[in-house]
Amino acid sequence: MAEAGTQTGYLVTEKLVKRFDEAVAVDEVSLSIGKGEIFALLGSSGCGKSTLLRMLAGFEKPTSGRILLGGQDVANMPPYDRPVNMMFQSYALFPHLNIWENVAFGLKREGLPKAEVQQRTDEMLALVQLTPYAQRKPHQLSGGQQQRVALARSLAKKPKLLLLDEPLGALDKKLREQTQFELVNIIEQVGVTVVMVTHDQEEAMTMASRIAIMSKGRVLQVGTPEEIYEHPRNKFVADFIGNVNLFAGKLTVDEPDRCATTTAIGEVHVGHGVSGTLNMPVSIAVRPEKIEISKARPEGVGFNLFQGKVKEIGYLGSYTTYILKASDGSKVRVTEANTSRQDLSDITWEDDVYFWWDDNAAVVLRD
Amino acid sequence: MASNIAMPGKRFVIGVPYVWLFVFFLLPFLILLYISFVDMGESINPFKPIWDPVTGILSLKYENYWTIFRDAEGGELFKTIYIEAYLRSIWYALLTAMLCLLFGYPFAYFIARSAPSVRPALLMMVMLPFWTSFLLRVYAWKGILADQGVLNQILMGLGIIGEPIQMLYTNVSMLVGMTYVYLPFMILPLYANLVKMDFRLLEAAYDLGTSPFKAFWLVTVPLSKAGIIAGFMLVFIPAVGEFVIPSLLGGPENIMIGRVVWDEMFTSNNWPRASALAVVMILLIIVPLAIYYHFTAEEK
Repeated sequence: MAEAGTQTGYLVTEKLVKRFDEAVAVDEVSLSIGKGEIFALLGSSGCGKSTLLRMLAGFEKPTSGRILLGGQDVANMPPYDRPVNMMFQSYALFPHLNIWENVAFGLKREGLPKAEVQQRTDEMLALVQLTPYAQRKPHQLSGGQQQRVALARSLAKKPKLLLLDEPLGALDKKLREQTQFELVNIIEQVGVTVVMVTHDQEEAMTMASRIAIMSKGRVLQVGTPEEIYEHPRNKFVADFIGNVNLFAGKLTVDEPDRCATTTAIGEVHVGHGVSGTLNMPVSIAVRPEKIEISKARPEGVGFNLFQGKVKEIGYLGSYTTYILKASDGSKVRVTEANTSRQDLSDITWEDDVYFWWDDNAAVVLRD
Repeated sequence: MASNIAMPGKRFVIGVPYVWLFVFFLLPFLILLYISFVDMGESINPFKPIWDPVTGILSLKYENYWTIFRDAEGGELFKTIYIEAYLRSIWYALLTAMLCLLFGYPFAYFIARSAPSVRPALLMMVMLPFWTSFLLRVYAWKGILADQGVLNQILMGLGIIGEPIQMLYTNVSMLVGMTYVYLPFMILPLYANLVKMDFRLLEAAYDLGTSPFKAFWLVTVPLSKAGIIAGFMLVFIPAVGEFVIPSLLGGPENIMIGRVVWDEMFTSNNWPRASALAVVMILLIIVPLAIYYHFTAEEK
């Protein structure tokens, strides 16, 4: 994860709206992104994140709203005049040009002296470690190499803002993990401000300093990966990022630093207040890895302790997922890290088990 | 090879086009080549056999070729009506191909960029003229371009010109006719090429600071090179030997090689010379083509 930007306000969108005929693709999105920050727009397909990115690039004109980049309103500036460059999902490398010419393409358009184009292009190729491939054509390179060419090309003009459209989407899983860190390293070396679009939460969490969760054209929550994972603002965000167990209930106790709720599986205590009204409907969200599981009744656990039956076991190597059937019939997902080889291996199908969690493990979400 | 044993039909399938090409292209060409090396015939026979039936002596007549390049009376080399006709034909075929490219490219580009649902209809409109007789379409141009034709009437009606301008039976009317007839042969390969182009490449070019006009020249045109060449060849090659359109729409003073071959064949009844002219024309087209393919193959 990259360091969080210390200041915001370098790239600002003010109530940005994009309508296609009747459909609203982007609905009053207001964001403020700091200089040097890596900011991710995360959402499923059709949530408007790509349209937002295309407006930042200049390929789409906003229906209303402003885009300020370094204090300048660029909303109506054509893409070829914007100090913004994009790395396309498909890379969009020019197939008729070699790698060197691809990277030099933008620099040549600026009318820079030949020597400067040469120097800058060589620099960029060295940055992405592709100097030996300068004379190759794009189709002669592997997917990972093509991705680095695309990155070098989009960085060559020293843009004020770099846009990444599903930067790792075209790579296979193994390569993706390795590339994530490489990409962040290069971006941090250059020190450019980045807005990336992705549907892959892992990608967003590893690379971005802050994430905006989008759904139906709106931004639901903006925060660091940790904030979003640990303190989701609503059910959609909680469900979208990672796995979550949601229990519907009613608020029975509400104090500044703790609250209690009654749910179908029993009373649940949570270590934070909600400043709501009593008996209001709420949801309790608990991450599967925050739930403990054991066949024997645990000692010293006074609350948030429930019983259930093991229905499914998914062994995934580094951790195991259990699907439990709670006393009220609801399904509860629990994951346990496999820290030692003997751990928990005595739990099997149809076993009756206890499961519990700390009062700080869960969050209360208003419906 | 194992695959041939497993699929005995494979050779047959591949063989069909070869047989076709042999029977309908190579064989006629060989016959043409044969006739070009024999003497003119007498009375009913259009040409004499290559060997004398009485003495059995084989005699190749190179004169048919020599006269193409130098007059029989011994004039200057390459200063013959034949060479002039060749050069004129190649020149007008080049002009036709250029005009087709000029008009065809926007057509093809527009169709390729239009919504996939309307593309078949637009392509249909390109091919629609083929449903009318070729001759009728060329005659229609006569009606349009004649002194008392549609175009002159309109121009005079609008007061742009006082009296009819001669458009028919000029090089211009011939080029109009040729460009009109060959245009689909340019549009179709260009379309096939442009429709496959990834238009995100244009966005990438804009993103890197290229105006739409420049992006067209730097990205679209180089990427459609194969389509441009294919269309150019499809127009240029038949246009060189075009006979009907120059005869119907062209001027009487500028004779194309197609007309020259026709005259030699049917007016002078000189089959061997007509054949020699045809062979030279084929070589004139094939040699540059072969050189071109040689270089593009090396590039790959």
